[in-house]
Amino acid sequence: MSAEPVRTVAFGVNGETREATIPVRRTLGDVLRHDFGLTGTHLGCEHGVCGACTVLLDGRAVRACLMLAVQAEGHEIRTVEGLADAAGALHPLQQAFCDHHGLQCGFCTPGMLTTLVEFLADCPDPTAAQVRVAISGNLCRCTGYESIVAAVLDAAARMRAA
Amino acid sequence: MSAAGEKDYQASPSPRLAPGAGRVVGQRVTRLEDAPLVRGDGMFAADVSFPRQLAMRVVRSPIAHGRLLSIDTAAARALPGVHAVWTAADVADIPPIPFRATKVRGLEPYCQPILAAGRVRYAGEPLAVVFADDAYLAEDAADLVVPDIEELPPVLDATAEPAEFLPGHSTEPTVVRKEYGDVAAAFRDAHAIVELALSVGRHSGVPLETRGAIARYDASRDLLELHGAAKKQHWNRDEIARLLGRPPAGVHLFEGHVGGGFGVRGELYPEDLLVCLAALRLRRPVKWIEDRREHMVATNHSRQQHHRIRAAVDGQGRLLAIDDVFFHDQGGYVRTHGARVVDLAAGMLPGPYRLPAYRVAGHFRLTNKTPAATYRAPGRFETTFVRERVMDAIAARLGLDRVEVRRRNLVTPAEMPHARPLDTLGTAVVLDSGDYPGLLDTALDRFGWTALQADLARRRGAGECVGAGIGFFVEKSGLGPSDGVRIAVDKTGGVELISGAASVGQGVETVLAQICAEALGIDYRRVRVVRGRTDRIEFGNGAHASRVTVMSGSATYRAALAVRAMALETAAGLLQAAASELSIVDGHVVRLADPGAPLMPLGEVARHMGPDSALMVGRTPGLSAERWFHSAHMTYPYGVHLAVVRIDRGTGEVRVERYLVANDIGRAINPMLVEGQLAGGFVQGLGGALFEEFRYDETGQPLSTTFADYLIPTLAEVPPLDLIVSEQAPSPLNPLGVKGAGEGGTNGVGAAIASAVDDALRRPGAVVSLPILPRTVHALLRT
Repeated sequence: MSAEPVRTVAFGVNGETREATIPVRRTLGDVLRHDFGLTGTHLGCEHGVCGACTVLLDGRAVRACLMLAVQAEGHEIRTVEGLADAAGALHPLQQAFCDHHGLQCGFCTPGMLTTLVEFLADCPDPTAAQVRVAISGNLCRCTGYESIVAAVLDAAARMRAA
Repeated sequence: MSAAGEKDYQASPSPRLAPGAGRVVGQRVTRLEDAPLVRGDGMFAADVSFPRQLAMRVVRSPIAHGRLLSIDTAAARALPGVHAVWTAADVADIPPIPFRATKVRGLEPYCQPILAAGRVRYAGEPLAVVFADDAYLAEDAADLVVPDIEELPPVLDATAEPAEFLPGHSTEPTVVRKEYGDVAAAFRDAHAIVELALSVGRHSGVPLETRGAIARYDASRDLLELHGAAKKQHWNRDEIARLLGRPPAGVHLFEGHVGGGFGVRGELYPEDLLVCLAALRLRRPVKWIEDRREHMVATNHSRQQHHRIRAAVDGQGRLLAIDDVFFHDQGGYVRTHGARVVDLAAGMLPGPYRLPAYRVAGHFRLTNKTPAATYRAPGRFETTFVRERVMDAIAARLGLDRVEVRRRNLVTPAEMPHARPLDTLGTAVVLDSGDYPGLLDTALDRFGWTALQADLARRRGAGECVGAGIGFFVEKSGLGPSDGVRIAVDKTGGVELISGAASVGQGVETVLAQICAEALGIDYRRVRVVRGRTDRIEFGNGAHASRVTVMSGSATYRAALAVRAMALETAAGLLQAAASELSIVDGHVVRLADPGAPLMPLGEVARHMGPDSALMVGRTPGLSAERWFHSAHMTYPYGVHLAVVRIDRGTGEVRVERYLVANDIGRAINPMLVEGQLAGGFVQGLGGALFEEFRYDETGQPLSTTFADYLIPTLAEVPPLDLIVSEQAPSPLNPLGVKGAGEGGTNGVGAAIASAVDDALRRPGAVVSLPILPRTVHALLRT
């Protein structure tokens, strides 16, 4: 371990500044999970295809498995743990996923949710076709996807009404 | 357990849950599982960590077949932070991985050692393990381990003549044979004989969470724990204990959240034993998390079979006999399932049809590929494709409509229960209930089949390459012999339900809670379901084979009824009423005559049944009961798949335009969850029909080791899906009338899409293999 180059990095995570001294080769996904204990971000393939590890970097969806943690220096990261409000109430997307059976095993869910938070910020009144494109880069092995589409449309309506 | 409970252990007939939707059963309630999962609070295998843990990394064979001459581990051992490097010599005292699910004898020489010794038999086979301070270091060290392997020619074709596995043992350990009726006479007297050669490609469950195993040894209690377990905790616990020479009570397995099972996860693999052994020897927790590339070469593959099938029919297209010879590509070793998939394929091939005579020979053959075992609808996805190809071929040969040929052969309701002189999984095949023609009509009507044919003809006239297809299937579920559930009510009215079942993410907790709540008269959200743990219940059969709702669900129903009866008896004494005049509604005891007036909360009844209560002197305290459900026969769900496809003439790409799954499951405990099972199962079937395949080059090198090469369907590939959850044929075999819903969505997809592609191409019999790849269709368009 001692021979490995390390660096101290600081970046925002869910509204708090976090700092860690880490080997420079450690991925953002591993730092979030192992150094910060935020295990809600899941690693499904570690080659950027499945989308389970998606987090928001300054509001934009990125794959935490394809990014080194040192690259996050000075940026703001939002993970699935940062979606519920301060009082713990579920984000409308989280609630809609529950209501529409948009998850089974739940492994892909954090990446779906973070991807969709970005999408609904850009496109608050989407069509089903737009939703289908938005999550076509996230793999789910359980649901068959359509219940997720229904959940997103419902969440978007709730968010517009709020 | 009370005296009443002991008597009840003898499988007395239990009252059946009344038909139709109840207050909770049959309702689309949201899942108990969801809140932690959407918050990121889940506890999947990789989320489990212990202080002082070491990371394990497996060094895998880069060669498909060879003699393992030596392994140089010196450089890896010298790396700072590396604590140990093991090869076969270090684990020579550990027997190979045993099997559980087969009656076939003589498979022992084919079991997999936990680290390769002498021979390597597939690319990806564990050769050595490295233990280091963290996963990055362990991976660095693993790269420094250098095996010396003398390559041998690989066996890659299960249809070729068997080769030598070991001296005295061929690569064909067994042939599974089943036969009834006079097959020879049927073929001699047949009006026509159709003969097909059909292949199903190698693909598998590929859950989104890879496998993981975290072991720790607590010397203070002499207790070995394995976390990250799934599916078969109790069997795995017993075997780990046996293989490591420990008493079963000194080993406990813990299932957290499970990121999809689909048959592959939760079997006993070499890595499970290696982390346990390391935790014992190194006296530190040991964590292994599979990476995706490893998963593609290490976790069970499935499906690959080649069938040579003949069917004899009369002049009306009625089946007289089927004679099938098939070759099952098992890969490098026989794993825990033994020859189960071959047995299931052989036993389930006849499906929904009346079949007077049948002969099957399933050649179970080892090759130099990743070992294979079960994947959702094992042996049925394959044989439904094969059988339904035969039905289409009969229609084409006799000039009959594809639907009509099926209708003429379907077992009718009057013939139920329909016993075949056939067995599978050690049980006699008795189709327990069903209205096959009725569901066929319902499905065709809902799909608009008749109008669809005209529409497709019009579109073809306009130049499109479009077609419709059909596949009828029979599933099996509820494999016995037994499952037990313990239910206890606490002083607050909260309920703990302890079961030996497991959950691979499908919603087991919600379903068992619904059944408990329905029988007991409480809110399902008050039920805390404990599953997947060996330290809370002595026995368990886990979660597989679409058995949990049938078996553990029925045991839950019986236990909840028993608790209810105890509660009413106690409340009757306290309320000076007859138990028969009381009921439980919304967690309160009420009078039947005035159900809107709560008299006593259930928690109050439980308090009166505590060990300090004067009422319980001389009795076993507690408002709790354990009940078991036993079953000697499986129950058989069934259904229809219908598909419309469009083929791109330029690329050969098959697009599914729309799809329908109709599945009779007797009773849906939670229709929303059943629909989820069917929809998700369908998309997995779609993968196997059109996209997913583990390919190998001619040297046995795996070519499908990333998600860029192994194509799981994305949302872009999923067509509009219509679902019919039918409850027309409740099972007579359990008090709930349920049949398993886990596999019907997958079962018929290959069959229906193949039928539709034939129809689009206007070439009956064109599709002979799965997956149906663009290059194959492209070639068919040009011949």
